Amino acid sequence: MGYWRPDYVPKDTDVLAAFRITPQPGVPPEEAGAAVAGESSTATWTVVWTDRLTSYENYQAKCYKVDPVPGREGQFIASIAYDLDLFEEGSIANLTSSIIGNVFGFKALKALRLEDMRIPAHYVKTFQGPAHGIVMEREHLGKFGRPLLGATVKPKLGLSARNYGRVVYEALRGGLDFTKDDENINSQPFMRWRDRFLYCMEAVNRAQAASGEIKGHYLNVTAGTMEAMYERAGFAKELGSVIVMIDLTVGYTAIQSMAHWARANGVLLHLHRAGHSTYTRQKAHGVSFRVIAKWMRLAGVDHIHAGTVVGKLEGDPNSVAGFYDVLRKDRIEADPVKGLYFDQDWASTPGCMPVASGGIHAGQMHQLLHYLDEDVVLQFGGGTIGHPMGIAAGAAANRVALEAMIKARNEGRDFLREGEDILRAAAKHSRELDVALATWGDITFTYESTDTPDVVETPVSA
Amino acid sequence: MRVTQGTFSYLPELTDEEIGLQVAYALDRGWPCSIEFTDDPHPRNTYWEMWGLPMFDLKDPAGVLLELNECRKAYPAAYIRLNAYDARYGRQTTALSFLVQRPAEEPGFRLDRAEGSDRRIGYTTHAYAADRPQGERYR
Repeated sequence: MGYWRPDYVPKDTDVLAAFRITPQPGVPPEEAGAAVAGESSTATWTVVWTDRLTSYENYQAKCYKVDPVPGREGQFIASIAYDLDLFEEGSIANLTSSIIGNVFGFKALKALRLEDMRIPAHYVKTFQGPAHGIVMEREHLGKFGRPLLGATVKPKLGLSARNYGRVVYEALRGGLDFTKDDENINSQPFMRWRDRFLYCMEAVNRAQAASGEIKGHYLNVTAGTMEAMYERAGFAKELGSVIVMIDLTVGYTAIQSMAHWARANGVLLHLHRAGHSTYTRQKAHGVSFRVIAKWMRLAGVDHIHAGTVVGKLEGDPNSVAGFYDVLRKDRIEADPVKGLYFDQDWASTPGCMPVASGGIHAGQMHQLLHYLDEDVVLQFGGGTIGHPMGIAAGAAANRVALEAMIKARNEGRDFLREGEDILRAAAKHSRELDVALATWGDITFTYESTDTPDVVETPVSA
Repeated sequence: MRVTQGTFSYLPELTDEEIGLQVAYALDRGWPCSIEFTDDPHPRNTYWEMWGLPMFDLKDPAGVLLELNECRKAYPAAYIRLNAYDARYGRQTTALSFLVQRPAEEPGFRLDRAEGSDRRIGYTTHAYAADRPQGERYR
């Protein structure tokens, strides 16, 4: 049956997907694209007469375009359209079971990667979206006009609850807005969740009183069952925490459940993308993070880690810019340079705050602001806790560097080019920043990215 | 202590010239400015008193500074903040907000703890200055 439909014009209501396909030798790309369309919709390995009991033209996905990827022999981008009727309203589990359910193990393909999706506004509107979103988060925290600052408590394993709370207190009173549990801090023998929550909230409240600012600690409520997550989140709420967090590993349905809980209970929801690199990083096989970002904005988290460009973890500048657009903008135009294959209309779904975390420090503030702009949480773990004068000093150094850079940008200075001068000038008023620059000023992570857009010629990053 | 609300509280106090540059940045983007003051700097005190209405039609930073200095004259010991508002569709919220005056002495906040069962504690942040009536809190 006809899954290859080069004459098909996608409807506004269709879900569209761009797959990178690498067919086995001898398999024509159109056939491979059609096979992907078939396997991710109605087809099975043979013809079944029961198809004829259905109006199957509607349920068949249509591969309407196959383009070779320049410079990558054997790879093609297959564009596939799915009728809206194939999907259950408001269910990431159903959407993903359909689109990536069986097809990735298909023998006729050497490799398969889901590069991007266009979610029609008709389908977007069936999802809750971020429990609060960027605007509500800022109004709730009373923090405007600058990125937010955070840090993950380190070492992430082994601290007792009492010692852990000390790190939270020092970092928040020093000038950070948030501290964070790491993805694998759940409830282990060295520190049970309830003890951690109690000490962290003592620390948060002490820091609020010391600064007059609202502070938060992402209490990780990830657990083995949904019931345990609700219990932990409920306790965090009762203690007055403004935010809780979950890991991507809890699964799409659990994420949607927690997003609904978060909106109903007025608590922000942070998502740590634990495990994503197992399927997002390799260019030929898996699912691009831009697709995960779209799914998570639909699912309804308020924060999601989305790359730093300059830090220790994977992140090509153009790809990361695409991820940030997906999370923050209301309307996105297709932009192959950023790896965005389709226009996307979010239909007023609130923005999701991207989080930049992993190997960043105060000396990179100009680059961070340049690449990531203002609606972002910049998280300096080692870059706060590793400060030679102590944790509070590390936090203050980051805050001074950030405010100085925002001030310079608003004054119209070329802050990217003059960044180091701006930081040095600010350090004259801040010994904490002076010491931070002396300690980390020349640390960079310049390795080649594996996940770069390649369907058009892209500028090579410095 | 030092209340660190606002975008620039970790920097030395901005001069009027520096404030003017921030106002120019906001006006260039079409963000009208407004001035608010309070003697209750509790972190969850959202509604500071408005010094007049937001200056929707004021396009000159000098005009905003003039209003700011009038407010400073009227309330020399209050916290004053300058806000810029972004009315763009999809945004419709404050875009920038920073302190432009603070009292000479900031006594800060006491943390009250209501001790409950199972080690639970209910926390309340209490501004020392708020013990006195409004208008008599800072000198």
